Amino acid sequence: MKYTLRAIYNFYADGFRNMTWGRPLWGLILLKAIFLFLVLRLFFFKPVLAGKSEEQRSEHVSKELIYKSNQ
Amino acid sequence: MVESALVGWSRLQFALTAGYHWLFVPLTLGLAVIMATMESIYVVKGDEFWKKCAKFWMKLFAINFAVGIATGIILEFEFGTNWSNYSWFVGDIFGAPLAIEGILAFFMEATFFAVMFFGWGKVSKRTHLFATWMTGIGAAISAVWILVANGWMQHPVGMEFNPDTVRHEMVDFWALVTNPTFISKFFHSVFSGWMTGAIFVIGISCWYLLKNRERRFALSSIRVAAIVGIVGTFAVMFSGDSSGVHAAKYQPMKLAAAEGLMDGGERAAFSIVPGVEIPGMLSILATHDINGYVPGINNLLDGYTTPDGQVFPSAEEKIERGQTAIAAFAEYRELKDSDSAAAAEARRVLDENVDYFGYGYIDSREELVPNVGLVYWAFRVMVGLGCALLLLMVVVLWAEYKKRLPDMKWLQWAALLSIPLVYLAGQAGWIVAEVGRQPWVIEGLLPTKAAVSSVSVAAVQTTFFIFVAVFTLFLVIEMRILIKAIKQGPQVEQE
Repeated sequence: MKYTLRAIYNFYADGFRNMTWGRPLWGLILLKAIFLFLVLRLFFFKPVLAGKSEEQRSEHVSKELIYKSNQ
Repeated sequence: MVESALVGWSRLQFALTAGYHWLFVPLTLGLAVIMATMESIYVVKGDEFWKKCAKFWMKLFAINFAVGIATGIILEFEFGTNWSNYSWFVGDIFGAPLAIEGILAFFMEATFFAVMFFGWGKVSKRTHLFATWMTGIGAAISAVWILVANGWMQHPVGMEFNPDTVRHEMVDFWALVTNPTFISKFFHSVFSGWMTGAIFVIGISCWYLLKNRERRFALSSIRVAAIVGIVGTFAVMFSGDSSGVHAAKYQPMKLAAAEGLMDGGERAAFSIVPGVEIPGMLSILATHDINGYVPGINNLLDGYTTPDGQVFPSAEEKIERGQTAIAAFAEYRELKDSDSAAAAEARRVLDENVDYFGYGYIDSREELVPNVGLVYWAFRVMVGLGCALLLLMVVVLWAEYKKRLPDMKWLQWAALLSIPLVYLAGQAGWIVAEVGRQPWVIEGLLPTKAAVSSVSVAAVQTTFFIFVAVFTLFLVIEMRILIKAIKQGPQVEQE
């Protein structure tokens, strides 16, 4: 088991170490992940129902659905 | 006014994100099959040339994958922020397939993708080939779960609405995964990816021919890609045919809009372009019967009876039943903790009318008609380009077998210039599917205007323009990396 895990680790580590053209692609993926999770998610896309209990969410959406039907 | 602006901007933002995401997905699906086929030839024949071919297209696959990865996550952000009513209302119907997709995609990609790129010379040829095929199959499996969710929105099945939780709850998982709308949509989407991959490979290979370099590589790539592309196109046609039949059954307004059909009937004509029609063809396509009845937009709004006696209600009747459903829902929510008998009666009324729930938000019958001009022309762009690209692939394959392709510069140019056209066809297809089902987010159950969150228009506009800027930047980066890799060509040693 220990040998298998080590072999898997070495496989990935060697792969990343020996990358040539793949390196800028990983840079791009990292840049995108930072933008997605540290900029977009934190500052622009806060889930409207976050922090509410299941019951509060049901209540919130039911009010929205009823309110919008009267618009 | 603010409400309609909010709906408009939220839709535009979602369309931009989904359209951007769909620039990368079809190429992933198609290139995966082409490079795996090349590697299979390498394993069977033992010719290193095919390994070099496979490795080159894998490199372009990786570039496309790196830029495209996680663009779908933005859609999930939008669900939570801009479409919170929808996200809650769909409940586990949407959550379960997307969760399966996320977990499967992560593990399959993390495993097989790594073996495909890092495993050359470290694992056996057959293990490597297995990983390459599994990378492609994994991408297609991801599409399964996304399209299960999308198919459900187009034709909701296998669920019950629970007014206590205000959610749809899955009662029949099997109905969800055998939903005919999902099945035809899945094959249509995946095989359109094969077309995209094929045209991409043929176009770039023709660029090498135009530059008079990599001749053997280009011609061999063209042969594999054209065969994959032709098979894919026929599969797209068959799945498109069943998609049409399902639209006629479950989303007749979408079909009527795609045809610009105002007044339907038996032996309905198919419009090629305005003024040019094939009599009876629409009935054949929609019902597989030349005498089949196809309702037009006016029939759907006025209500109609089919020749076999089936009665379909008018828009006004549906709107009235929708209003009854919402009123009963509101009453149930108000009384459920104080008056159980009255709540039970409200629940009964709700259950009787719940299939029309979404119609309760519709103010006028005109709202039930999607943008006919856009859907009509998008459909013609999709089908027209699909036919033209099929012809191109057949001619290219014929020319290659006749050994005449290297001399046919016009054909090489046509193939190269077709690359943007296959993307245009794919985007047009999604316009037909998604604009065509307006005003619905969930057919008949929830219109777009009720699905949207009460957030500020300015917030949506801000993120829309951020996306425009960032997506453009990433696209430019991808194009530069892709062009650099293509210019280097396949002889460069890669990891």
